[in-house]
Amino acid sequence: MSTRDEPLLSLRGVRKEFAGRGPGSTVLAVDDVSLDVRPGETLGLVGESGCGKTTLARLILRLVDATAGEIRFGGRDLLKLSQREMLSVRQDLQVVLQDPYASLNPRMRIGEIVAEPLITHHKVPRGRRGRAAARERVAELLDAVGLDASVQDRYPHEFSGGQRQRIGIARALALEPKLVICDEPTSALDVSIQAQITNLLRRLQRERGLTYVYVSHDLSMMRQMADRVAVMNLGRIVELADTEELFTNPRHPYSHSLLSAAPIADPKAERARRRIVLRGEAPSPADPPSGCVFRTRCPVARDECDGTRPPLVDHDVPGHAVACLYPVRAAADLLNETTS
Amino acid sequence: MPVLEVNDLHAEFRLDTGTVRAVNGVSFSVEPGQTLAVVGESGSGKTATALSILRLHPTPPCVYTGGEIVAGGRDLLTLPEREMRQVRGNEIAMIFQDPMTSLNPVKTVGAQIVESLRRHRSLPRGEARARAVEALREVGIAHPEARAGQYPHQLSGGMRQRVMIAMALACRPKLLIADEPTTALDVTVQAQIMELMADLQDRFGMAIVLITHDLGVVAQVADKVLVMYAGRPVEAAGADDLFERPRMPYTRALLESMPRPDVPGGAVLDPIRGAPPNLLDLPSGCAFHPRCGFARPECASTVPALEEKAPGHAAACVLTDDDLPGTSEGRRVSGT
Repeated sequence: MSTRDEPLLSLRGVRKEFAGRGPGSTVLAVDDVSLDVRPGETLGLVGESGCGKTTLARLILRLVDATAGEIRFGGRDLLKLSQREMLSVRQDLQVVLQDPYASLNPRMRIGEIVAEPLITHHKVPRGRRGRAAARERVAELLDAVGLDASVQDRYPHEFSGGQRQRIGIARALALEPKLVICDEPTSALDVSIQAQITNLLRRLQRERGLTYVYVSHDLSMMRQMADRVAVMNLGRIVELADTEELFTNPRHPYSHSLLSAAPIADPKAERARRRIVLRGEAPSPADPPSGCVFRTRCPVARDECDGTRPPLVDHDVPGHAVACLYPVRAAADLLNETTS
Repeated sequence: MPVLEVNDLHAEFRLDTGTVRAVNGVSFSVEPGQTLAVVGESGSGKTATALSILRLHPTPPCVYTGGEIVAGGRDLLTLPEREMRQVRGNEIAMIFQDPMTSLNPVKTVGAQIVESLRRHRSLPRGEARARAVEALREVGIAHPEARAGQYPHQLSGGMRQRVMIAMALACRPKLLIADEPTTALDVTVQAQIMELMADLQDRFGMAIVLITHDLGVVAQVADKVLVMYAGRPVEAAGADDLFERPRMPYTRALLESMPRPDVPGGAVLDPIRGAPPNLLDLPSGCAFHPRCGFARPECASTVPALEEKAPGHAAACVLTDDDLPGTSEGRRVSGT
């Protein structure tokens, strides 16, 4: 992929405030997010609960409207489109949700679930001919996700979590979208099933030239799936880099602590590493700290971190952006601070 | 002497739709200060095993059909309910995945700890209150006096789990059963909680039985590991040994299917085919055989016993070490 490619999706200064408890109070769920997603890549959004990653995904889908900013997809600003125009854009913009037990209507047959987008978007004619065409198309889609065409007449409860997630993926692919937002697609699945689904998503991406925005809290999965990763904390992107660059050379203290907290299924590797355990509680998004939002838990915060909100800018390595006044050079810097 | 010894435990659920053998011949023991991890996927019987130790299953539908659970020189399975109440929360404490559903929403957290202390230790109210505040301090809660007067909904998820731990440890149990204690928490909070549990274990010398699906967490804290599949124990070993040389194809396949945060991604993962079995309709023979890459004809007919394959390392599999290629080096390579 070349960096000259026009981004497929481009966010500028995206902001989302929700009404908080009590009059006049607001929760800033997404704060000044700017990023580009290039065609064919997988951009990972990683962060802990409440960091705004799922809200950002919902903003891109325009399931909620941004308070401010610009979301350009295929050259059009989604925030300026009418609902009607948005409907046509949604063909190119689909989503795979986290919980396959909640995202399939239990009263619909699998065939109806997968065909629904085709009918909503008038991709099949009405009447008997249309139904036959839909069945055929659904059979193709089910085949693409590794399910037998005969499952069309069955209901969701007859399927395991992994199979249900395959059905959800088939539905997302029905309209041949350009961009698929995968919101924690494996988090609700048993460990032994997760690899089936990640392999499937990767194969489909390769075969169909899909672009993914991959939302997850799971760093192992992120390293496996993403080409580039944006680390979010309290509504902001604090670090953005190519995946391997981010995992081998994290610069933001928050990214460091996140990476060092991810468990490794190998006792020797676990013992060999030093964990940066953050002290204290994560601040509430309803009442974020002034200045850098991470400073209250940051092991290397200085006085200046209170004053300004650090912008997300490249440091040393082109394309590796960090929102920190004093980016970390080596993990040892942090460990010295935390152990002293 | 072990704090807890479980021998050939059997528990089944008699449902209208059939009988589920949720715990099928489970044996293990835990020494003081030791951490045993019981690992498995949903439906493996790991939580059913944990709840059986304290006899927390409703009967019916649950029936304990065999085995013994020895703690403090007596068999908990035959203990009268009255005495069992003195075991629960006192000798053996338990914490659960979701602290919100295990804390009482209409009582302050302080009052809940006081209740446990007064019941088990017959402390006067004032002393119990002081101990409750102390218990909150021990788990790293700032301003414990103020926190003791708060209700569960006023606390964050990580804080609630700390309260659960404080409550569990207030009576200084010899054994703590922790059922997925960090699954509902973020990784940085998870790291805090695991560190806290390890620290408290060092200070009080209690044993821990950790129930989890997360092999990463197991690698962090376990001394020994019991792997369960479809209600049966399928592998038991020291933690290092298990990860280095898994001897049950299921354990091995699980490890191979997992991406690692410390290994570059991009490779096609090696998934386990199929899905965990329906407990009402288990495959014949070894329950894992339909998904196993090493299965042989006899695997469909005989249930392999959990037997020692190497010193301190047991697996329920007909295969010998010679049949299973590769070691941990093999795993590394497949990860890159």
